[in-house]
Amino acid sequence: MSASTSPRTRLRRGRLFRAIPTAWRTPLAMVGAIIALAWIVIALIAPWAAPHDPLAQQLPRLTAPGDASVLGTDQVGRDVFSRLLTGARVTMPLALLMVVSATVLGTLIGSIAGFVGGWVDETLMRLTDLIMAFPTVILAMIIAASLGPSLLNAVIAGIVVSWPQYARVVRSLVLSLRTQNFVIAGRLLGYSPWRSLRSDILPNVAGPVLVLASLDIGTAILLLTGLSFLGLGAQPPAAEWGSMISGAMSHIDAWWLGVFPGLAILTVVMAFNFIGDSLRDALDPLSSAEREGAAGGTEHEEPAAVENPTTEEGR
Amino acid sequence: MTATTTSQKPARLWQRWPLLGYILRRLGTSVLLMLGVTMVTFVLTALVPGDPVAAALGEGAASNPATVAAYVEEHGLDKSIPERYLIYLAALLQGDLGTSIKTGRPVATELATAVPATVEIALCAIVVSLAVGLALGTIAAHHRGRATDQVLRVVSLLGLSVPTFWLAIMAYHTFFLRLGVAPGAGRLDPTFTPPPTVTGLYTVDFILGGDPVGFFDALAHLALPVLVLSLFTIGLLTRFIRAAVLEVLDTDYIRAARAKGLPRRRVIGAYVLRGASLPILTVVGVAFGVLLSGTVLVEAVFAWPGLGTYAFNSAINLDLPGVMGVGLVVGVIYLVINFAVDLLYGVLDPRVRLA
Amino acid sequence: MSALSIRDLTIAFGRHDPVQVVSGISLDLSPGKIQGLAGESGSGKTVSAMAVLGLLPATAQVGGSIRLGTTELVGLRPRELNRVRGRRIAMVFQDPSASLHPQLTIGAQLTDHVRAHLRLNRRDARQRAIDLLTQVHVPDPAEALRRYPHQFSGGQRQRIAIAVALACDPEVLLADEPTTALDVTVQAGILHLLRELVDQRDLAVLLVTHDLGVMSAVADDVAVMRHGQIVESGSTHDVFTTPQHAYTRTLLESMPDAQQSLVEDDE
Repeated sequence: MSASTSPRTRLRRGRLFRAIPTAWRTPLAMVGAIIALAWIVIALIAPWAAPHDPLAQQLPRLTAPGDASVLGTDQVGRDVFSRLLTGARVTMPLALLMVVSATVLGTLIGSIAGFVGGWVDETLMRLTDLIMAFPTVILAMIIAASLGPSLLNAVIAGIVVSWPQYARVVRSLVLSLRTQNFVIAGRLLGYSPWRSLRSDILPNVAGPVLVLASLDIGTAILLLTGLSFLGLGAQPPAAEWGSMISGAMSHIDAWWLGVFPGLAILTVVMAFNFIGDSLRDALDPLSSAEREGAAGGTEHEEPAAVENPTTEEGR
Repeated sequence: MTATTTSQKPARLWQRWPLLGYILRRLGTSVLLMLGVTMVTFVLTALVPGDPVAAALGEGAASNPATVAAYVEEHGLDKSIPERYLIYLAALLQGDLGTSIKTGRPVATELATAVPATVEIALCAIVVSLAVGLALGTIAAHHRGRATDQVLRVVSLLGLSVPTFWLAIMAYHTFFLRLGVAPGAGRLDPTFTPPPTVTGLYTVDFILGGDPVGFFDALAHLALPVLVLSLFTIGLLTRFIRAAVLEVLDTDYIRAARAKGLPRRRVIGAYVLRGASLPILTVVGVAFGVLLSGTVLVEAVFAWPGLGTYAFNSAINLDLPGVMGVGLVVGVIYLVINFAVDLLYGVLDPRVRLA
Repeated sequence: MSALSIRDLTIAFGRHDPVQVVSGISLDLSPGKIQGLAGESGSGKTVSAMAVLGLLPATAQVGGSIRLGTTELVGLRPRELNRVRGRRIAMVFQDPSASLHPQLTIGAQLTDHVRAHLRLNRRDARQRAIDLLTQVHVPDPAEALRRYPHQFSGGQRQRIAIAVALACDPEVLLADEPTTALDVTVQAGILHLLRELVDQRDLAVLLVTHDLGVMSAVADDVAVMRHGQIVESGSTHDVFTTPQHAYTRTLLESMPDAQQSLVEDDE
């Protein structure tokens, strides 16, 4: 029997996989999923759906939205609508890459710190302290600036600033799981540390990490477009939302240059935040209990029987 | 005998002032982290891909062999990494943050006037965010699961989703250029002269100088950037304060306070918010970091002459010494804020204060 | 005459698919007497005590009648309820380290409701707090007012919690497992104090506990609850020596000491 399907593990994993369908049933998650899905479809079909070449400077300059081009043209005669659609292909995959890399890196480092302990733990945690001593965007900015302006470097900067939060969460989960009976039982059965980590600990870390990651996608998009806005991400003439807004600053009367890419960022980030927040709710024992019983009423609070809510992890 | 008395003395002092020990420990951590921050900026400056001299001096100056030689000499670029770090640290201690490529002036001089401008905007934003976040978070918690809570949830998630740099442009465009209800860019109307510098915060300095008209103009110029900047942190604080209040509402000491028949307002004010004050304080620290990050993306739009605008201009022009200078200064400001947060922990939590 | 009269109390949770946790219990509390309410956890005894003060969550539906003198408490408006809470009926909770606010001084927690209910000024309230701490035998009361809960032992904290409850001279005291969270060695002291205060002040007490040893030590009368109903009630002596209901017998058999101590009292 393989370790990953042992009854103990299945029992513990069940919660995460039960929570996902629960989360989908809420209107907020539904709205988020529909918007996110729409943007993913746009990213996929952009090359065919865009009426013009997003980089071609062949239209009249700075024309307002109208029949000729749906969302107007920019200062060098490019089609804003085509650039907007193409922008979805840039930001979303890179944000996903950033979050997945930070998650993997953070989970790995966090489990090592929690599992090995001692000076390894101490060193790794002081490293996270150091990174978290900076406001994230500021640190990402100086890293991106010193690596040189490019989208890839912006992603690297993003990974460097965001892995510590995963490492912290995973480490504390690993530390508390290590003393749980079912993990100790595994060790007594002769599991190697690696097997114990893989089959007993990581499956139980998955839920909180997934919630953190899903909430982080929005943050990643804001960071990457922000760095591009500062000229440290996408470089001209790339069709990228943040740099489109940056370009709009010098043509403030041409409102359509800034409004649409901003709305694009807003809706994508909002969609992922809705999904992430619903997922957190579904995984949180307190808030799922509250949903069942809080249809109305007056000044009263929840029953004493409800167990203490788990605190939100720091962001 | 003498040994026992001398060893008892500091122990007694420790027992009488447990907060002192706590403060000293936190101070030690902060100093270490400050050293760490300088290491980060040093490594990022030293390990620039390509020619570090060109990165520091700009392409123009780097083509002059004499300038290059002088720079290599001054920064010990021919020496080992640890030696170079010490040289870098010594320069920092003397207030030398390098020279801006774009303006050719010392970064430290240019940042000196920028710091108070940013501190003013960040302080105002944290006050606004905390006031609104406390109100909305408490209301949401008390109406948990009901319509009010759901609406506030969507609103705060929206706040967390707006790209602030975009919102800044939209707000500036709408309220200044279109509607004309907001004052223009900068910290003051061009017809005003800045107040005599005491704190560097215009609003405070105008009050100290007894100039109410100037004060209101400074305040009016603050309004829009502060509101734009606050939106994200309002969302953040509302979500966290709701969670913190919910957790406190489910404690026995709140049930006990209600069983005592205290008026609802007093239960919330004296018992609930005090009980939630420690987690709230933690988020306020986080929110400060978010605000400092936000200034980089927002100030430039309003031509607010702070760290953010300086960072924006340096980044756009790839002025590496300028960018690093901002990184270092903001890092240090953030450390000071976190130290203050730690001190407040000691004040708010008697278990820390009285050991 | 009874101080508090509970008639056919029902409590259910949930709106759409309510779960009944208390199904029609009746109890009378008399001044100077300790009425015990025994039962295993989940039998509905704590919920019943909470219902008296309206401390249940909004999802709870409370039916029947709870009368304090001539005042009906079920369905009472929050404002009127607040005049009863702490003033005429007070409550002591299970764990004093959880029921005292960790960030407020003992003085603040002892005086805020005194000032709200009795409209005393700061100095009078402080004097009253010192008197109360003296009555519950907390040493150095004036100094204690300035300290925080974590600076006291568990037993001292429960004494303070009792002082908080008695601060406005209530007629009725609800004590929910007041000794369960304490060390066995300090339990006796708290029970002794409870008995002493009842006799001095003519208090009517509802003592909720699963611990039959505690029950036999201080309660005058006992009601045994199971699945939201009272299966047996009577004087402590009668119930413990000649239990009528099978469930009571089972409970007593699992706690030989309780019966033993009562039998010894008899002799």
